[in-house]
Amino acid sequence: MTSRPGRRGRASRTLTAYAFLAPSLAVIGLFTVWPLILAAGSSVRAARPGSGEWVGADNYVAVLNSEEFRNALGNTAVYVVLATPVTVACALGLALLLNRKLAGRTFFRAAVFVPAVVSLGVTAISWRFLLSPEIGLVTHWLHRLGIPAGNGIRDPDLGLAYLAVVHVWRNVGFYAVMYLAGLNTIPRTYYESAHLDGANAWQRFRHITWPLLGNTTAFVSILAVVTAVQAFDHVFVMTGGGPYSSTETLVYLLYRKGFEDLEFGYAATLGWIVLLMVFALSLAQNLYFSRRVVGY
Amino acid sequence: MRETPAGPLVYAGLVVISALVLLPLGWTVLASLTPEAQIARFPPRVLPEDITFEHYREIRRQLPLARQFLNTLIFAGGVTLLSLLFDSMAAYALARLDFPGKRVVFGLVLALLMIPPQVTLVPLYEIMSGLDWINTYHGLILPRAASAFGIFFLRQFFLTIPRDLDDAARIDGASHLRIYARIVVPISAPAVLTLGLFHFMYNWNDLLWPLVFTTDPSMHTLPAGLALFMGKHVVQYGLLMAGAVLTLLPVVLAFVLVQRRFVEGIATTGIR
Repeated sequence: MTSRPGRRGRASRTLTAYAFLAPSLAVIGLFTVWPLILAAGSSVRAARPGSGEWVGADNYVAVLNSEEFRNALGNTAVYVVLATPVTVACALGLALLLNRKLAGRTFFRAAVFVPAVVSLGVTAISWRFLLSPEIGLVTHWLHRLGIPAGNGIRDPDLGLAYLAVVHVWRNVGFYAVMYLAGLNTIPRTYYESAHLDGANAWQRFRHITWPLLGNTTAFVSILAVVTAVQAFDHVFVMTGGGPYSSTETLVYLLYRKGFEDLEFGYAATLGWIVLLMVFALSLAQNLYFSRRVVGY
Repeated sequence: MRETPAGPLVYAGLVVISALVLLPLGWTVLASLTPEAQIARFPPRVLPEDITFEHYREIRRQLPLARQFLNTLIFAGGVTLLSLLFDSMAAYALARLDFPGKRVVFGLVLALLMIPPQVTLVPLYEIMSGLDWINTYHGLILPRAASAFGIFFLRQFFLTIPRDLDDAARIDGASHLRIYARIVVPISAPAVLTLGLFHFMYNWNDLLWPLVFTTDPSMHTLPAGLALFMGKHVVQYGLLMAGAVLTLLPVVLAFVLVQRRFVEGIATTGIR
């Protein structure tokens, strides 16, 4: 009969736990899970209002085959490939520069971090002007340096590259701080003994710093890819997806379909496609990095 | 390995990088003080010949900036306070209590971490207009009153606090509510503060969310108000830059004040 108080204790513990969880579960359930279910529902039904008959995967096939989706998917892929490696590499380089005895270290660290705390939607207005053809300061400088700057942000061939530049500007300081944290966890003795063995700076980086930063690189890369896939604010402000949809990303297309063209069925289906893509990407990256990470 | 002293090359590199990074922000300030005719011209120049404050007077006439500032403060502040409370409660349950369904709840939190927030936007809009919550503060705030990221972040931190303290309190007959409020949360103050800064900055700066859920200019936040204003006054750059400076200034000032804690908060609690 000793189980009685035990069972009652267990029941009250469960009750306490769910009381603690209740507000969060209510908010998440009502405003995240429920909309997801609604979106899934409308993604498998006919778009015509009132009819709503079951159409299975028809909407998915239609979206996947649509010219707009293929264009946005291609643009997003180009954007991710342009922006991610550069951001991660620059962040690592910056962290290595900042990880020294340095006068004004706090200032430099804060300076490169500032773009991450200010509104991208607002700073993109400045970028739009700096990168405009003719009167833009940055495009002008690029021309002067002999770098083909094209028609600035209005160039259909270069628009994505300029958006990627803004992406790097926005995120590099944030990831650099994460790399700095990673660098701080590497025991100093490793470098001392490597130094005694006559390893040069490159060898120390290649055989100590880089492998031991594996966890950080994995974390930063996953974050960087997910952030790049979700690009919206500066696209909205700087190009509006143009010219001729040359910079329309997936999330921008989602916004346009849902809130400008009012094609809710298309938007809901596209939403689930983006969701599954991000899920698959994160999973693939996790698998890739978990096999390569070095413990110590 | 913070040993290597920096040579002149490192300093030169850092100065150039910092200048490039700060360039758009510095240019924003300069352009806001430049007469319109001197901003848009070929060839473009960095420094204006004359200084004017006209843009600041004009933008205040054309946009309800004080109101939008208040909206942004209520929105970002409201989300931050509620989310810190709800996130920490959920994190306490996940870190300190054993109960059936714990793995399911934690799995849900992990899955939600990966969901791009834009995916739910369209159905959420339908729900919100059904509730008549468009253009209201609670409509802006409540859907963000709990975050998977916040729950995960605080759970990880709570797990690092030794259990001896709350075991002792348990023996003295303290309830879980008391342990949560008097022991676990106070000890976690640095993590809670860092998360609070994250929430506040993210929502203060967010564009898409207020763009979708407010349509009335008197309910817009500063970034949404300015982005929509740009759509109508695309060539008045001095005006836009004055608005941008007024929008960015509070955040930059706040960042200068707390930057040490903020940057270190990310460095220490961000990973590992």
